Amino acid sequence: MKIICILAATLLAAIAFGQSNGNAENGKRLFLRDGCWECHGYAGQGSRDGARIASTALNAQALIRYVRRPSGAMPAYIDKVVSDQELTDIWTYLKTLPGPKPVKDIPILNDIK
Amino acid sequence: MAKSKNVNRRGFLKGAAAGAAAGAAGLVVKPPAAMAQQQAQARPAAPLPSPRQVALETGTPPRADVYTTDRPGADFMVDVLKSLNFDYIFANPGSSFRGLQESFINYGKNTKPEWITCTHEEISIAMAHGYYKIERKPILTLAHGTVGLQHASMAIYNAYSDRVPVYLILGNEQEVTYRRGDVEWNHSVQDAASMVRDYTKWDDSPVSLAHFAESAVKAYKVMMTTPMEPVVLCANGQLQEEPVSEEDRNTLRIPKVTVPTAPAGDPSAVNEAAKMLVNAENPVIVAGRVARTPAAIPMLVELAEVLGAGIEDRKFRMNFPSHHPLFNTGNVAAADVVLGLEVPDFWQTTHTMTPINRMGMEWHPITKPGAKLITITTGDLFSRSNYQDFGRYTPVDLAIAADAEATLPPLIEACKRLMTADRKRTVEERTKKLAEQHRRTRERDLEAATVGWDASPVTTARMAAELWNQIQHEDWSLVSDTTFVSWWPLRLWNFDKPYHFIGGHGAYGIGYGAPAAVGAALANKKYGRISVNIQCDGDLNYVPGVLWTAAHHNIPLLSVMHNNRAYHQEHMFLQDMASRAGRGVENVNIGVTLEKPFINYATMAKAYGMYSSGPIENPNDFGPALKAALEVVKKGEPALIDLVTQPR
Repeated sequence: MKIICILAATLLAAIAFGQSNGNAENGKRLFLRDGCWECHGYAGQGSRDGARIASTALNAQALIRYVRRPSGAMPAYIDKVVSDQELTDIWTYLKTLPGPKPVKDIPILNDIK
Repeated sequence: MAKSKNVNRRGFLKGAAAGAAAGAAGLVVKPPAAMAQQQAQARPAAPLPSPRQVALETGTPPRADVYTTDRPGADFMVDVLKSLNFDYIFANPGSSFRGLQESFINYGKNTKPEWITCTHEEISIAMAHGYYKIERKPILTLAHGTVGLQHASMAIYNAYSDRVPVYLILGNEQEVTYRRGDVEWNHSVQDAASMVRDYTKWDDSPVSLAHFAESAVKAYKVMMTTPMEPVVLCANGQLQEEPVSEEDRNTLRIPKVTVPTAPAGDPSAVNEAAKMLVNAENPVIVAGRVARTPAAIPMLVELAEVLGAGIEDRKFRMNFPSHHPLFNTGNVAAADVVLGLEVPDFWQTTHTMTPINRMGMEWHPITKPGAKLITITTGDLFSRSNYQDFGRYTPVDLAIAADAEATLPPLIEACKRLMTADRKRTVEERTKKLAEQHRRTRERDLEAATVGWDASPVTTARMAAELWNQIQHEDWSLVSDTTFVSWWPLRLWNFDKPYHFIGGHGAYGIGYGAPAAVGAALANKKYGRISVNIQCDGDLNYVPGVLWTAAHHNIPLLSVMHNNRAYHQEHMFLQDMASRAGRGVENVNIGVTLEKPFINYATMAKAYGMYSSGPIENPNDFGPALKAALEVVKKGEPALIDLVTQPR
């Protein structure tokens, strides 16, 4: 029973690490320091050169895996440059960035439709 | 000093002048300066005699200096160039073509062509590049054969890579005995055009006025024959400035210019292409520099509709209406037949390469096994070796060496002929699917535009949306590329007229954007169109003087700075390199950012005499600023808004 509890606690911790456990304020600092904004934009809105990452759908672990070995043309960041914890902080910050709004809420975009 | 042994028309005229009565119209006679110098050297201790004393003492018959002529050779050059029907001359002044300039503004009355003052030769050429892409008429440009051409060369390469005709005359003092002082020696060159011969189509250095006339007309013909490219013609200073006798003028002729028709594809090859396309399950058309004239757009639409083919537009030209349901629905990876029309880098369209974020290089076809590739391009009719704008060799199944636009009518007809009822049903079904894909893409684009809507710096999506909000009910023309703003205008605006989009740079030489926009805006001026320029900050810093040209010549142009305060592409490249080296990116701002201090483009524009506002950092301030600037433009003046923007 004790072993099961420990395993469960470990699993919960891992899930928690995957979902949050980051410092958004530090994440913002790192987002600027590590140049995430160059391709993804200051609002994480994405661009010709990088995907939209505001309010990312990835969990922290998936983000870390991607940053280490990106499938596209994004520069790969090794842990010496940005640690797993720092990436978790960045992920936490990205989750605070607002994603898309309803187009109807922005009249000049709604007119384009 | 020995006289030139070259007995040309000018030498003949000089000889005639010496023997003719003093004061005869159209003659210039030089004092015997060489003889005076010899006399002076023989008696160094004595006071130097005047040329008149020398002449008297040596018994040389007095020769009257002739100061004026009403018939300089440049007048005839102007007659020749006027016959080619240029609207404008774009030039920064230069002493090596002073004779020609004087003849244009006085003898030629500064009309057709009218002189437009440029502040740099790179500006002259890039303005001509932009003008052509709207008006489809070449511009006459002039430059020094040496220092002016050196300034102009990058812009020539852009035009060359973009298949745009530019007619460039180089002033040059070819006759050594006519070079007055060190400036003219420094500005003279044995073979002026050699510097740009790798990226021009033809050049010549005429040695007589008759030769000039013939070569000027030939240059025009060569330039306008597809694939169109810049040409260079040298105007010898002596030919420009020395007189032509009435008798000689009467013998000079200006040949008629006849531009060849563009070559259409071989009929049997066109039929073969039609068979492949009609029988394809998923044909894709890749549009490169297809639209040579406005007529190409409806033809390309018709071909796509007949085939139910998705279009992949490479954005080099205004090829296809952006709200058409087949626009940007072409997926080369899913195609069984790919038709490339005037695509300069077809290999890159059909292959992947190892991206910049990892070592080594591998490439793979992205097309399905067995997919058929067809090309129609004038690129197969014209090749140079040195500059590599031609791209990688691409194995294809059918290569039609022809002008794509000229080949569209027979190709459309051949496709229609081969289309059966069964194939028509397939086309209809495919078209519905592609239209749905197009609709979903537009929805996604609109949704994407909402992200960061209120952010500062301003997103490029919001910049494009606010612009569209102001111009959509005007007769507008986007006279700048969209590559560096994530193509937002093409994703949001409704492009459906030939002048709605100017396309790209050609060779991505920076310093093109601002002058090309001003040249294009000049072309739009007579039609009353609102020219819109999304102006990259790095680009403007190469050629800020073009703002003065726009202000001076009252060229209406609405410029919005894409002021991301960096050479951003290079910023990202440094980030790539630092990451490849595992070193972090904290220092990659060095050498690529434009900060400390920030450049104030509104102040810059004011200094050149242009209305301006900004810098604007709050996105909510942009709309009102646009409205005010648009009012200025509608009055026929240029205006600039300095907008601080996101990187891309």
